[in-house]
Amino acid sequence: MTETSTVSHLARGAAEATPEPVARRVRGLSDRAIAWVFIAPTIILLLAINIFPLIWTIQLSFTNYRANRPNAAVTNVGVEHYSNILSDPDVWHSMQVTAHFVLWTIVIQTVLGFALAYLIDRKFRGHGFWTTVILIPMMLSPAVVGNFWKFLYQPQIGLFNYIVGFFTGMDPSSFQMIGDVRLAPWSIIIVDTWMWTPYVMLICLAGLRSIPDYIYEAAEVDRASAWRQFWSITLPMAMPFIMLAVLFRGIENFKMFDLVNLLTSGGPGSTTEVASITLKREAFEKWRTGYSSAFAIILFVTVFGLANIYVKALNRVKSR
Amino acid sequence: MSATDHTPTPAAPAKPFRLFRRGPWENVATIVIAAGVIMLMQPFSIELYGWSFLTTLIGTAMFIIVSKFPD
Repeated sequence: MTETSTVSHLARGAAEATPEPVARRVRGLSDRAIAWVFIAPTIILLLAINIFPLIWTIQLSFTNYRANRPNAAVTNVGVEHYSNILSDPDVWHSMQVTAHFVLWTIVIQTVLGFALAYLIDRKFRGHGFWTTVILIPMMLSPAVVGNFWKFLYQPQIGLFNYIVGFFTGMDPSSFQMIGDVRLAPWSIIIVDTWMWTPYVMLICLAGLRSIPDYIYEAAEVDRASAWRQFWSITLPMAMPFIMLAVLFRGIENFKMFDLVNLLTSGGPGSTTEVASITLKREAFEKWRTGYSSAFAIILFVTVFGLANIYVKALNRVKSR
Repeated sequence: MSATDHTPTPAAPAKPFRLFRRGPWENVATIVIAAGVIMLMQPFSIELYGWSFLTTLIGTAMFIIVSKFPD
């Protein structure tokens, strides 16, 4: 049976199954109206789960509403929450912690991801197997990764401390990755790098595979060295893809919550308190709903702005 | 030498000057957004941090508007 006859058979079956009153009503609709009938549930769902909470959050950000006191009088406070957040040294500190985390994860993941992509692109024996092995961390749930690494970082029984001790000669129980003020930020950077470097590698690999072979052949004819080919061909042509990976990881890490919450919960002290952890504390520990709504809007606008740049970069890559 | 060698190449029609073109304005908006994000996360001045949200908001609004401009 051909595809067309299968489709017409299915259509006939659907038409027969439709109750007569409904069929009569549908027959009277224009194509445009039928299109709207199909699209409407999705639009309603989107409005309900995306747009409505956003508008409600914007409205709450201008009030003193507290979710743990739903019956208390709600008054309009104008932009007070915004000005408080934007002059609060503690929130500013959490932004710097976020910046430290975003900056180092981007640098390390980009360098490692590109290096891995460059190696995988060589197409050595068993490269397909190794690509799969490298991609495994990316496929795991952040909740699993967080708990798994918390166990690895245990000073007494953790494998991480044991390996560091083995190579450096240090006593494995002499340092704590999660409990130490200086090491805690790096413990999160290590886990995020372990998990997301494969993603950067994939994007870079796409960039490297998009470079036509004839460019390298022309460079060979001109006796360009491997080093020269890398700097003049490989890197410039893969750069839009690298930028894409940097932007995407930047946006994702700016919003980072799950790994930090599972590994350190923002501690020790506030050394790993990234913006999303501060937001959670304000919203669900201090119950300052209006204040945390304003904070959420500030983070939303920042991410939305970055996403615009991301889309622009993506379009540039697509037009290549 | 053939006659066609002397045929002047027709000049490409000059594009009319347009102030509101998408490309340059999108670049400006991108710079404003990036400046806002850097101001938000820099560790040097709380004054700059205070103005970061407004800068990002202006950049984002500008981006949305200028992305509707013709190429």
